[in-house]
Amino acid sequence: MRETPVSTALVTDLTIFVLALLVGFEVIGKVPATLHTPLMSATNSIHGIVLAGALLIGVTAHNLVGYILAFVATVFASANVVGGYVVTERMLKMFRRKPQPAVQAQAQPQVPARPQAELDGKSRS
Amino acid sequence: MSGFTGAIQLVYVLAAACFVVGLHLMNSPATARRGNQVSIAGMVIAGVATLILLIHYGTVTATGWIVLISGALIGSAIGLYTARTVQMTAMPQLVSAFNAVGGGAAALIAIYGYIESEANAGGALGTTTVFTLLDVIIGAVTFSGSIIAAGKLQGMIGGQPIIFKGARALNVTLAVVAVGAAAYMLTTASLPALLIVVLASLAFGVMMVLPIGGADMPVVISLLNAFTGTAVAMAGFVIANWALIVAGALVGASGSILTKLMADAMNRSLANIIVGGFGTGDSAIAAAVAADAQVRSIAADDAAIQLAYASKVIIVPGYGLAAAQAQHGVAELAKTLEDHGIEVSYAIHPVAGRMPGHMNVLLAEANVPYPQLREMDEINPEFGRADVALVIGANDVTNPAARRPGNDISGMPILDVDQAKSIIVVKRSMGTGYAGMENELYFDPKTSMYFADAKKAMTELTAAVKTLVG
Repeated sequence: MRETPVSTALVTDLTIFVLALLVGFEVIGKVPATLHTPLMSATNSIHGIVLAGALLIGVTAHNLVGYILAFVATVFASANVVGGYVVTERMLKMFRRKPQPAVQAQAQPQVPARPQAELDGKSRS
Repeated sequence: MSGFTGAIQLVYVLAAACFVVGLHLMNSPATARRGNQVSIAGMVIAGVATLILLIHYGTVTATGWIVLISGALIGSAIGLYTARTVQMTAMPQLVSAFNAVGGGAAALIAIYGYIESEANAGGALGTTTVFTLLDVIIGAVTFSGSIIAAGKLQGMIGGQPIIFKGARALNVTLAVVAVGAAAYMLTTASLPALLIVVLASLAFGVMMVLPIGGADMPVVISLLNAFTGTAVAMAGFVIANWALIVAGALVGASGSILTKLMADAMNRSLANIIVGGFGTGDSAIAAAVAADAQVRSIAADDAAIQLAYASKVIIVPGYGLAAAQAQHGVAELAKTLEDHGIEVSYAIHPVAGRMPGHMNVLLAEANVPYPQLREMDEINPEFGRADVALVIGANDVTNPAARRPGNDISGMPILDVDQAKSIIVVKRSMGTGYAGMENELYFDPKTSMYFADAKKAMTELTAAVKTLVG
């Protein structure tokens, strides 16, 4: 059996892993419960980074087994990354501070702006 | 590591930094969309870096390019189509499906790496093997487990816990076989052993999720999410890619946090959920419901009068609301009340839905502004000032019995609905909730039961309130 010393590369990788975990706990602990579903969907798309690994199979794949594994992994990972981001965006678009005015009121966002301006003018005078 | 691959590795770090910033921006609904876009930018950077790397190596065959490009196009099309068409009630299934494919892809990367190095002289041994095996095991368990979870949520597999004799023994056997074969592979390179690890892990994933009931899904999905992240991080170790390591660790951390939050909100340990079978025990149900206790049943008109003359209403939605597709109806009722000058807010229990935060998304889709969606700890002190608490499709999370020891839900954090001045419960029948015990709230003298399907009830209530205030 080969000698397998703990290489510096491995130590670097492990360090990065542990630090990223800690950053993850710190950052994600602050996400409010309201956003937990979009959060999970967003992290879902982030693990779509596995696409990079799937594509890199192609570097050495030169036989049928390699091609099949590369193909399935690429399909899986790209569905993951594209679908994840699109659905997260779709969800986040729905979160509004104020209720969306009904369809007929779409064209008049400037209406509430005017009294606001008048108000400002009065307070200045 | 040559200068070139080193530079690419740094670009991957930049991508990973985008993921962190993106997640950080999700700490408020106001910046969350920007966060998602930063995250997308990171993913594009990583994608471009990978393409440059592929071209730089120059060893991808023509067939290889066709395989990769067609795979990416087909996968993207599937992802795009499902993401565009999925109903928000089906989000948990979709997240599960993405967990499955993410974990599956991570496992395939390790499987390929193992086959590849096994073919070379010297065999597949060394420290990488540990990560390869972890990746294969976690990835395969995630893959099959997530498919079962998605099937259960979609209703293709019964949502009831599926338990059979000897299931626990089978689980233990599968785990021993997978770990045993993996241990063997640490000393001897062997493809058959790899196959055994894969199959045993896949079977274990199925067996792990099958006995878990529908209402425990928020925990299971979060757990599988954490698994996927871990599998991806392990894949990162196998191919020495920092982007995968960082992204995987972030997802693993997120999944773990959510798993803990969900398990806490149900007052159950993770082990208890995985072992399964809630409310199936024959422990004497200690709910203090007297045998002759009466419930008061009311009609839409009476409920509407209570609502129309209230000054503060708190709506308590549960999964029954989503199951009846009544989220738009409740939003309309709330708007009618608000137009009449009544203060309306929603009390959202952490497990009101089939995944963390699910109810918030369903209500956001129904055009409810997010400042009205209030978390449990924040809204609980306000129930005392509420004239009416309107409970729709929620059961166990409102049961005051949770405050007393000695029953199935003792200690579970609940919404203090019983503190409101009056309570209206919209419910189809007197059926019990997931825990299988009577809800003492229904027998409270302040409570009126409005027996109806949630969607129909919302329409009737809105109409009745409109005639009163119109």
